[in-house]
Amino acid sequence: MVADPIALARSPASPPLDQRSLTLRGMVVDALEGGERGHIGSAMSLIEIMRVLYDDVLDVRPEDPGWSGRDRCILSKGHGCLALYVLLADKGFFPVDELATFCRRGSILGGHPEAELVPGVEASTGALGHGLSIGVGMALAARMQGRQGRVFVVMGDGEINEGSVWEAAMCAAKHRLSNLIAVIDYNKIQSAGSTAEILELEPLADKWRAFGFAETECDGHDVTALRAAFEGVPLAADGPSVVICHTVKGKGIGFAEHDPAWHHRSRIDADLIADMHAALEQG
Amino acid sequence: MRKTCIDMVHALAKRDERVVFIGSDLSPGLLAEMKQEFPDRHYMEGVAEANFVGMAAGMAMDGLIPYINTIATFLTRRCYEQVAVDLCLHNLPVRLIANGGGLVYAPLGPTHVAIEDLAIMRALPNMTVVAPADAEEMRRFMEISLDWPGPIYIRLGKGGDPIVTREADGFEIGKAYHLREANGGRFGPVLIVSTGVMTGRALSAAEELAGDGIACDVLHLPTIKPLDGSALQRLAAKARLLVTVEEGTVVGGLGSAVVELLAERLEGGLPPVRRLGVPDVFLHDYGDQDWLMERCGLQPHQIAKTIADAVNVLAAA
Repeated sequence: MVADPIALARSPASPPLDQRSLTLRGMVVDALEGGERGHIGSAMSLIEIMRVLYDDVLDVRPEDPGWSGRDRCILSKGHGCLALYVLLADKGFFPVDELATFCRRGSILGGHPEAELVPGVEASTGALGHGLSIGVGMALAARMQGRQGRVFVVMGDGEINEGSVWEAAMCAAKHRLSNLIAVIDYNKIQSAGSTAEILELEPLADKWRAFGFAETECDGHDVTALRAAFEGVPLAADGPSVVICHTVKGKGIGFAEHDPAWHHRSRIDADLIADMHAALEQG
Repeated sequence: MRKTCIDMVHALAKRDERVVFIGSDLSPGLLAEMKQEFPDRHYMEGVAEANFVGMAAGMAMDGLIPYINTIATFLTRRCYEQVAVDLCLHNLPVRLIANGGGLVYAPLGPTHVAIEDLAIMRALPNMTVVAPADAEEMRRFMEISLDWPGPIYIRLGKGGDPIVTREADGFEIGKAYHLREANGGRFGPVLIVSTGVMTGRALSAAEELAGDGIACDVLHLPTIKPLDGSALQRLAAKARLLVTVEEGTVVGGLGSAVVELLAERLEGGLPPVRRLGVPDVFLHDYGDQDWLMERCGLQPHQIAKTIADAVNVLAAA
């Protein structure tokens, strides 16, 4: 099934993926050998967002994940965890070899991330709509404790169907949390179909502005555009920011792009993994 | 009890800079003095329970100790997933102060009457559940609440409940208090296990039964989880009848917890049981707390009659 034309029309015409983006995607595909399942489309749309955050934006210390002065990054759309795992492994929070254990018995890397198990994971997520409230609490704690660290909360577009997200948004604006940055992976596809069909979010930027957020939008696969967007935060001196990243579900794997069937896949065998690698190479 | 608990939050905030208060659209002026003294640690948020639980979790992840407060049904039903995932899964030191536990909000109807809060909070791993009997016990509990490592659900009574606990007992989380010892009587000891404000009623029932020659031990469990298994087993071992009394549903609450624990003992030790509480229904009635208790058979004379009837059956067997 291919998403509706409206959703396709909103998709970014991104520059070609560079070698780092392809390598990170390849690591995600390799990890699927472990669990033979995963939220592939949801992870692929996130790769550049997480890459730019961890490569260029976040002040974190892989050798000391609990360092109190760090920036916090909560992957609120926990089902996209493969994108987070490959970045955390790449940065040295845990050995890259762990990725091969994804979803296996005894692994630290489950189908949704657990803070208790995985170094660098700030909060256990998977139930949607929790991260922004936790981020509000962290941002207030930073203010109370006189810390400079920022709090980034990465959410999915389907996730923001949850009412709790908008409770948190109102609260963030009330407290003028300029140290809180919401990031939306806006791939326009949720589990059951296009966001336009299941629960229309538009006008999304207007909604966030109405809730008191300063807003910017960018191509969520263009690393230059992402860097520029994140360099600009906070977008307002006295309130929270949101960066709406226009992305493609399944980005990089042609036969999975825009297809809700790839939101989550199970029974992934070696042939399918080979097909995914081949698709990545074809660009 | 409620005032004591809330005032203690301010007292704790004076002692420890990690203490934060977060309310959800509560009475105007609540903890006004704390707000004046510590404006950055007093938050009155909107009618958004899911958010304020998550917000407290975020604060606790960064070393703060939030005491959060709203009506019991909203603090448990509305945001159960946030309580389970944000607080319990992360095992964070957030204190949930639940106004109107049990039947306190009788005149406001079933949306506000908290019948299953003990049951559903008890079911969550890492959650501690307390229901003090009176204001003095609440104060003693709050004094030691600060450094408990995980989340605590704190059930408040209406206030003005008679003082039935003993200062000398102090308060230890997870400890039961043997407030009345069975003495003599025409029938072997009856063990009444109760929590919260029902302990006062259980003691009154025991006094009434003593006049009828029925001797009762009254074991007060201000902590429903973790349960004081050793005290329960010790007294249950000699009891001819076990009666649990709680201001909440009999499905999954104190009675369930007590019976589950005793029934699991391979060496036996579970005497005949009566579980007294709210039956498995919503209470479509109003009036006041005492009236709903009456309707559920939870007033002292009703507890005493239930016990006397059971004793008569057992004695005749």
